[in-house]
Amino acid sequence: MSILEANHIEKSFRSTKVLKDISFSMEEGNALAIIGSSGSGKTTLLRCLNFLEKPDNGTISVRGKTLFDAAQSQTENEQDLRRKRLHFGMVFQQFNLFPQYTALKNVTIAEELLAKERPDFKANKAAILAEIEAHGKQLLAQMGLTERAEHYPHQLSGGQQQRVAIARALALKPDILCFDEPTSALDPELTGEVLKVIRGLADQKTTMIIVTHEMAFARDVADQIIFMDDGYIVEQGTARQVIDNPQQERTKQFLSRYTEG
Amino acid sequence: MFSIVTLELANGLWTTFQIFIFTLIFAIPLGLILAFGAMSKFRPLKYLVQVIVWVIRGTPLMLQLIIIFYGPGMWLGHNIWAGNEAGRITATVVSFVINYACYFSVIFRGGIEGVPVGQREAGQVLGMTKSQIFFKVTLLQMIKRIVPPMSNEIITLVKDTSLARIIAAYELTFAGFSFMKSAGITWPLFYTGVFYLIFVGILTLLFNYLEKKLDYFR
Repeated sequence: MSILEANHIEKSFRSTKVLKDISFSMEEGNALAIIGSSGSGKTTLLRCLNFLEKPDNGTISVRGKTLFDAAQSQTENEQDLRRKRLHFGMVFQQFNLFPQYTALKNVTIAEELLAKERPDFKANKAAILAEIEAHGKQLLAQMGLTERAEHYPHQLSGGQQQRVAIARALALKPDILCFDEPTSALDPELTGEVLKVIRGLADQKTTMIIVTHEMAFARDVADQIIFMDDGYIVEQGTARQVIDNPQQERTKQFLSRYTEG
Repeated sequence: MFSIVTLELANGLWTTFQIFIFTLIFAIPLGLILAFGAMSKFRPLKYLVQVIVWVIRGTPLMLQLIIIFYGPGMWLGHNIWAGNEAGRITATVVSFVINYACYFSVIFRGGIEGVPVGQREAGQVLGMTKSQIFFKVTLLQMIKRIVPPMSNEIITLVKDTSLARIIAAYELTFAGFSFMKSAGITWPLFYTGVFYLIFVGILTLLFNYLEKKLDYFR
């Protein structure tokens, strides 16, 4: 069974149709890369999956459970929406770390807030918080940031900030981790360290969706690639199929610009 | 004479301080409520707040104070404010709270809207509730942004308290002026100024401290 299934997703902003009948699915443990030029709808698709945007049409299911169905237009209460969001993790292009918290606190804060809702929180407060802190430290270590745990975001380089953001997204153990152009806001010499971390996650079979402009990286890391243009999925398949042997004219055009560049 | 003046001015300062502190205590939360109203997606509420802010900011505080103090007595036939100093202070605080809440609301709105959308979205994807996002993510960043404009408003408030004299509340300026009327001496007026300067000086130090305190993040 697919871990994620999106069917007939459509989204418009005012009169501009940004997503047009998007359907795809992915398997657990796979990395899916979404490529395409700016304005093709990649980021909007990712935002729809994270419920930052509400699709006008379509359904989204995770592990066979329907999380969103535009046909059932009942207003969602905040509580349900929150729970649904937790299926997905999100790493933003601009990191969006909380500037007033240390790297460690950025990673642990969401887990702490959720733990407060547990019925046994009051009784085991110290133990639960210690466990969360240990988990946060372990995630930072995994990102190679043990030494930076007590630093504030503005004291970190862009690459370090983005790695903290990845640790923060992993902290709640999402089913699917989404990356929205994770290296686009970084200086070229800092992209490597972030891509290395994502590659490591792929090696551990983390289920990921990566919107990226790094073609070589997408080809290496992704099990599955979607090429989007003008709100449509033009072509999808394995990295080899789409990048090395594109069938559609539009895909060839797009990729040729990268290989020439 | 110096000690008599000092005592009288201290007496006036106490009234000034009460107007100041109670205005802050009530105007800050009310300003926050108005700020949320002004940002509401519910249009009628948004427009209502905009009209209130327009009217209150568009008319003199002294006029508002006169209307609030004398109005009820004229319309209802009996005064709702006690006829003593406490009544005059209360009426002053009520009109000041309304006035300052409107100014604060604009500052608060700017502070909240100045926090990047990405901060709220990061909170959302981490499963935070709206109130958790406000209190754990937005609030401190907003406070950091609004300290300079708020320090301006709050310092203005110190000096606006002298308007209470118009309804005969015995505040600091009234106290200083009384010596000119009764004893024909003007130096207490300058001495009154010193009281204000010290008051504002202490506030300035507090704001500098707060700004430093919030300097640990950007």
